[in-house]
Amino acid sequence: MSIFLDKNSKIIVQGMTGSEGMKHTKRMLAGGSNIVGGVNPRKAGETVDVDGTSLPVFGSVADAIAATGANVSVIFVPPAFAKSAVIEAIDAQIELAVVITEGIPVHDSASFWAYSNSKGNKTRIIGPNCPGIISPGKSNAGITPWNISGAGPIGLVSKSGTLTYQMMFELLEIGISTAIGIGGDPIIGTTHIDALAAFEADPETKAIVLIGEIGGDSEEKAAAYIKDNVTKPVVAYVAGFTAPEGKTMGHAGAIVSGSAGTAQAKKEAFEAVGVKVGKTPSETAALMRGVIASL
Amino acid sequence: MDLFEYQARDLFEAYGVPVLQGIVADTPEEVEAAAAKIGGTVVVKAQVKAGGRGKAGGVKVAHTPADAKAVSVDILNLTIKGHKVNRVMVAQGAAIDKEYYFSVLLDRSNRTFLSLCSVEGGMEIEQLAEERPDALAKIAIDAISGIDLAKALEIAKAGGFDDEIAAKVAPVFVKLYEVFVKEDATLVEVNPLILSKDGEIIALDGKVSLDDNAEFRHERENLERDQLDPLEAKAKESDLNYVKLDGSVGIIGNGAGLVMSTLDVVAYAGERHGGVKPANFLDIGGGASAEVMAAGLDVILGDPQVKSVFVNVFGGITACDAVANGIVGALAKLGSSATKPLVVRLDGNNVVEGRKILADANHPLVTVVDTMDEAADKAAELANR
Repeated sequence: MSIFLDKNSKIIVQGMTGSEGMKHTKRMLAGGSNIVGGVNPRKAGETVDVDGTSLPVFGSVADAIAATGANVSVIFVPPAFAKSAVIEAIDAQIELAVVITEGIPVHDSASFWAYSNSKGNKTRIIGPNCPGIISPGKSNAGITPWNISGAGPIGLVSKSGTLTYQMMFELLEIGISTAIGIGGDPIIGTTHIDALAAFEADPETKAIVLIGEIGGDSEEKAAAYIKDNVTKPVVAYVAGFTAPEGKTMGHAGAIVSGSAGTAQAKKEAFEAVGVKVGKTPSETAALMRGVIASL
Repeated sequence: MDLFEYQARDLFEAYGVPVLQGIVADTPEEVEAAAAKIGGTVVVKAQVKAGGRGKAGGVKVAHTPADAKAVSVDILNLTIKGHKVNRVMVAQGAAIDKEYYFSVLLDRSNRTFLSLCSVEGGMEIEQLAEERPDALAKIAIDAISGIDLAKALEIAKAGGFDDEIAAKVAPVFVKLYEVFVKEDATLVEVNPLILSKDGEIIALDGKVSLDDNAEFRHERENLERDQLDPLEAKAKESDLNYVKLDGSVGIIGNGAGLVMSTLDVVAYAGERHGGVKPANFLDIGGGASAEVMAAGLDVILGDPQVKSVFVNVFGGITACDAVANGIVGALAKLGSSATKPLVVRLDGNNVVEGRKILADANHPLVTVVDTMDEAADKAAELANR
């Protein structure tokens, strides 16, 4: 098992025919993901050759599901159109929508999240502004490099793409069950807590690495959740101790506002519930190696 | 992006939110003319994005145009919390009967919007929330249904307004919500919202923050913006994600999280090397091509405070050999203008090839270190020499 994604996942790509969509469709295929088609209303009915794989283009997510049985959509649609792409995925009741797009206005994210709630959250949304989700050796829905890690017992959940890659690479010799990048925007679909709950229930996951960063209170909430609900060992890392107040650090959501959202507060929240926090990514990986060795 | 008070006032006016006259002025002469145009008592208010303007002497009442000119001379010489006052707003004076509070903002924690409201306005909202939490209503706002008149009345009543005043403020709340949505704001705050002695509801002071991600659907080319640090302005021209800090170790990395982490690791290393600190945040993104690397190095080497540079790249989508070629290409492009030592740490895909490219190039300024922690230590050591 793995969380949210497995070797039977059938993936479609919304925005496949755009440059980013095409680049990463190739990469996902190269990594062994089962891509069954793309969505672009203006190119419906066409077929695209992607490095020797012939992929049909559908006019809508619903059409793609009807024709292929797809259960995952990866969304590369540009910011201005991302909200309608996500709403289309929700309307089609696809199981999982992974929103890679960076730069979506937060009113649009708030709006599709409210829409998802009003429809009973039947579609799990990951992102926006995230690298997606990968279960090494099984499937990869997103832009995570598939060749920096192998399958193993560690579940990884992170707000940051490159820190996810760094951590997967540092833990290469142990391996990953699923790595999920939840994204660095102020409003995201799947949270640290959602991933923790799924990892706790996943028999293949033996231990969890949680990566957070400044801004919001997702890490504090995760710490409280761990205390009451997670029995598997968790090691955490938080980035942004040196970030100045009031400055956005790359990710739209990475901002310390007044005294809220600091790395120090997040670290203290984790330590208060017995979660060890690494000072650097390497130290965090070392802590996890120690955890795995003691299992 | 936070707006200046006068910009918030202008937006409110455009949406039919009741405001008083306000005219911006950059010189005492303009202030005098503005005060004469408005007539009667005016308030001269420093236009800076900092709280505590009043206490700092940045808000003064004037009864004649000559008075207004006189007080503006002082205000235009002020620096408030590091912000130099270059502009004031001359605002019509108000006869205040009551002061209220209203805001609508992004509620990250609950992934929706939130409205705050109180019949007890005027003081800082943080102070009110702490001292009189029961007096501050917090009402969740659904991002789809928003604030209609019924919701506005609910907010007003929760905020402690009686029926008569609630009926007066509710339509104003609806208009402020319209500002919030149509302008892609993350905060619209009115403090104080006043009841004048004539019985009018007026937004006397406003704070508006706009979502940078939504700029593409608004025409804001002519909006006055904060004066950027020259290095930040240069980085922006090259579409680089750069934040100037005050240390001496220049930082370049790929991915926001990794760069934030790099700053932290450098600060820890600095504790062993004379307390040196990171000089900047610079995320060159996933690509890390020679052009982007050169543009990034160019900005960082232009910072006179920088003593050493730490290039920290994880080769994922762009493999390490391509990144190494980018670094070599960037140094060739910069030529003799590259004068500060570079510590490079590469990891990830094709790391062996990448390190070999750097070793073969054997550039006198470049030191390659295998791990992020050791590289941070080396960069801090070089900055402390």
